Amino acid sequence: MIRVELPAHLRTLARVGREVALQVEGPVTQRSILDALETQYPMLRGTIRDHVTQQRRPFVRFFACEEDLSHEPANAPLPDAVAHGTEPFLIVGAIAGG
Amino acid sequence: MSGVRVLVGTRKGAFALTSDDKREEWDISGPHFAGWEVFHLKGSPVDQNRIYASQSGGWFGQLIQRSDDGGKTWEPVGNEFTYDGIPGTHQWYDGTQHPWKFARVWHLEPSLTDVDTIYAGVEDAAMFRSTDGGKSWQELSGLRCHPSGASWQPGAGGMCLHTIVIDPTNPKRIYIAISAAGAFRTDDGGETWQPINQGLKSDFMPNPEAEVGHCVHNLAIHGSRPDVVFMQKHWDVMRSDNAGDMWHEVSGNLPSDFGFPIAVHAHEPDTIYVVPIKSDSEHFPPDGKLRVYRSRTGGNEWEALTDGLPQNDCYVNVLRDAMAVDSLDSCGIYFGTTGGQVYASANGGDSWSAIVRDLPAVLSVEVQTLR
Repeated sequence: MIRVELPAHLRTLARVGREVALQVEGPVTQRSILDALETQYPMLRGTIRDHVTQQRRPFVRFFACEEDLSHEPANAPLPDAVAHGTEPFLIVGAIAGG
Repeated sequence: MSGVRVLVGTRKGAFALTSDDKREEWDISGPHFAGWEVFHLKGSPVDQNRIYASQSGGWFGQLIQRSDDGGKTWEPVGNEFTYDGIPGTHQWYDGTQHPWKFARVWHLEPSLTDVDTIYAGVEDAAMFRSTDGGKSWQELSGLRCHPSGASWQPGAGGMCLHTIVIDPTNPKRIYIAISAAGAFRTDDGGETWQPINQGLKSDFMPNPEAEVGHCVHNLAIHGSRPDVVFMQKHWDVMRSDNAGDMWHEVSGNLPSDFGFPIAVHAHEPDTIYVVPIKSDSEHFPPDGKLRVYRSRTGGNEWEALTDGLPQNDCYVNVLRDAMAVDSLDSCGIYFGTTGGQVYASANGGDSWSAIVRDLPAVLSVEVQTLR
């Protein structure tokens, strides 16, 4: 199972805890994880990426294995540790303020 | 027993304030959707337990929430607002053309006759309709595709469709307002639209009397006389006696004719309310005095309503969707401020008291009269 950690507002929206477990078919990529996440929790559609363009929302970041993967291609394979479920894929609301 | 439920949208969540018909003791629930901006909530006139809410934020975008139990519990419904066809462009602040892009829902207007039909006014300006209780949304693109659409440009707050008023005697007739394009009307349920801005004069425009480009802030009608439309424009309080075909100014003796909301008394079609604001660059009441102004003559002659409102050192604003009336026998008036106060009057504005004083900045106030 793939482990995905959600930011607080999306946990409230999906009524889940900090981390959810997903079954992902095929290569484990940003896109396949988000597809599985939105299938399991349809209320999250549109909150992480645009409905139509599938572009990541500007203030959302994707981290894993201490790396910022936000700018990686959506179809690029994620680290093995994420694919094997030993490390979570983190969806993060960017710090914005002053 | 009758009563009221005041639905308050704020910068950091939604609140529901309920009372019996005396409107003296209040129960306050919330924050709902804590931490999110709630631009607007509104209850269905068909079913008082059905409430829709527009929840949005800079991080995670737009959500629409629906309650079927009077606001006790909520379920997210559809949040996909996709423009019909290829959206094209509109004018940007610098005069260049800018792609139409959905930003948020400013206003939700439930149908007067069908609990599952609801209209949404969005930024960038467009009108959407759902006929399945908010699960899916379709654009009424005849508005955005009006020949003037490419010339519309945003006001300081964005290019938003913020006002939707449905004629209760003819549901196919709907008035809307866009900042800064002006007012429009459909007579065929949203298929086709016409600008209704004749008589408006806006000195910030190269042609102050152009067909579109006016910064209309809010519209209001009384259900018994729906062809009479009142308008709070950026500057000027206006009135039309022919469904918007022609407007004339009724600012009269107001201390400032700049403001955002306008409302009509529930039982007196010629009694209207505005909250004068000093200017477009000083968004607070003149002289630090928070005064609602009431006209009992459909405009021109205005009286200040001050009993219970702060009359010194008050520098809050009252936004366009932040004033509403109930329909109890003694009409109640409510408004919220950017300072977090929600004021109520149970006697048509003669006296006021604060229901709450320390909410986040209030974006919208709507009232349900509970029977």
